[in-house]
Amino acid sequence: MIPQSGNRFSDKIMRRQDAMANTAGAAKPQLYLRSLSRWRPIEIAFWLATLLPFVLFPDYLSLASQIAIAALFALSLDLILGYAGIVSLGHAAFFGIGAYTAGLFSKFVWGELFSGMLVAAAMAALVGYASSFIIARFRHLTLIMITLGLGLLLHEAANSANWLTGGSDGLQGVQAWPLLGLFKFDLYGTTAYAYSLAVLFFVFLAARRLINSPFGLSLRGIRENWMRMPAIGAASRAHIRKIYTISAAIAGIAGALIAQTTKTVSLEALSFERSADVLVMLVLGGAGRLYGGLIGALIFLVARDRFSGIAPQFWYFWIGIMLVAVVIFLPNGILGGLSNILSRRNRS
Amino acid sequence: MIGPIVGVLFDGFAYGMLLFLLSVGLSVTLGLMNFVNLAHCGFAMLGGYVTVTLMNDLHWPFFATLPVAFLAAAAASVVLERALYRRLYRASDLDQVLLTIGIAFISVAVAAYYFGTTQQPIEMPPYLRGSTTLLGVNFASYRLFLVGVALVVTLLLIAGLEYTRFGAQVRAAVDNQRMARGMGINVDATFAATFALGSGLAGLGGALAIEIVGLDPVFAFTYLVYVLIVVSVGGLGSIAGSFAAATLIGISDIAGKYYVPELGAFLIYLVMVAVLMWRPAGLFGRR
Repeated sequence: MIPQSGNRFSDKIMRRQDAMANTAGAAKPQLYLRSLSRWRPIEIAFWLATLLPFVLFPDYLSLASQIAIAALFALSLDLILGYAGIVSLGHAAFFGIGAYTAGLFSKFVWGELFSGMLVAAAMAALVGYASSFIIARFRHLTLIMITLGLGLLLHEAANSANWLTGGSDGLQGVQAWPLLGLFKFDLYGTTAYAYSLAVLFFVFLAARRLINSPFGLSLRGIRENWMRMPAIGAASRAHIRKIYTISAAIAGIAGALIAQTTKTVSLEALSFERSADVLVMLVLGGAGRLYGGLIGALIFLVARDRFSGIAPQFWYFWIGIMLVAVVIFLPNGILGGLSNILSRRNRS
Repeated sequence: MIGPIVGVLFDGFAYGMLLFLLSVGLSVTLGLMNFVNLAHCGFAMLGGYVTVTLMNDLHWPFFATLPVAFLAAAAASVVLERALYRRLYRASDLDQVLLTIGIAFISVAVAAYYFGTTQQPIEMPPYLRGSTTLLGVNFASYRLFLVGVALVVTLLLIAGLEYTRFGAQVRAAVDNQRMARGMGINVDATFAATFALGSGLAGLGGALAIEIVGLDPVFAFTYLVYVLIVVSVGGLGSIAGSFAAATLIGISDIAGKYYVPELGAFLIYLVMVAVLMWRPAGLFGRR
């Protein structure tokens, strides 16, 4: 069976190829990759704008911290979904593993932040690596169902392991030492946002480097056609295992951040809702563009904050409307729509 | 010793039959068009709410509401199919998943808006309330009735697919869609009719489910997981597969909750992952 490539990606590849032809030396993939990894002014402006909440919205810094964490989680999903084409309905598994590992580490070892985060990332990566052998074997509906099933299994396991995780009451007694020994976590979330934002930025740099490498290119090839890539020397399954492990580690870091900044871990960190929410954020922003998850997380969480104030139970109505609208009108997400408008304007 | 085991097996089987009614439509539409419809349980929920409204507000008898539940779900599904689903038949799995999850979210919110978030009360007619004792085992009348309905539906479906012209067209389209089109079969119309039938059965399942599992707005998601498990374990497009998988999942779930309650729903997820790893296309799947 030949996996069908989605239309949404092929037109993007066409556009990328146009871009390739425009840059000098179309035949040189190194030049193409270098042209991708150049920092554009809009990117620098974006990262400078992430500092604005400290000045403009000092009352909303805990929300900003939540957004940074969700953005990191969406970035981890983007690596497997947007770049390698692995649809996962159970990505919260790694988020939850990271959160519980960091929480338990701080409870039983110490509350130092970075070591806790590293342990959480390592744990999530380990589980991700183990499950990647299963993930790499399947495609399509079976893959969606297996990721869903593994996520639900873990959720149930954490629910049953009351003695370790606190079950449905959540994990109590998580501690977090001051950041760098200097800055305490305060009620306003200043430290929390600074910490989450810094981690997001450095992980983003690493992910950006990874995506603009030959490895990143072959991932895009696997997304387009999983069967043909081995023919040009890219081992699809080995690549999928690698990126899945990396993505799991990043999701684990995001989970560790939520445990450390909120000082509690609940079963919700492993739930299907969290997997679905992160998928919605990523698709809303635009999958396969690194910034898609970041923009999506921002819009999603700000919208939830606003709408929940009016009527919390109808928030899902608006998510539903957003999803239907994005799929029908903006198949590449908000960023995809913007870049379409821009390229149309450039051409005319 | 034997009594409780038979009792658990019977309850599990009845529960499995409920899952079968809820999922058989999804299995056939997935097999036919490869369309991942995660809003399927939204149609089931619609059927449930139609029955509740007719019984509690208009005082219809329970049996009279069942055909209406079927028709309401089928009609709603045709509207959605024509308006939205049709655009995405050629799209990727991801787009289909997103669109239909979106519709499921909307259905949950709309149900919460009109009916509130509480469980819906429903009063069964007296002849479905009691139970029969046979060889020392207690059989609840409603569960017997449920098993009967499911078996009749199964027989009708199998007979319809095997011996009618429409059934032959559906089977041809599932086997090889391009060839079926080449033979002059209107695959789109066949699909629309199958889709309506499948959603109607889900609506019927939703109406019958109220007495067993209750009805609240999150029904569309709670049972979605079960339905997907049945479909993927049974194999796409296979009625016999759905039947076998629904029985397996129903019995494992009830037996698991009865004998090892601390595991909760762990057991059925484990069954699903294990079956999928052993046979990725499901027990009866061909692809």
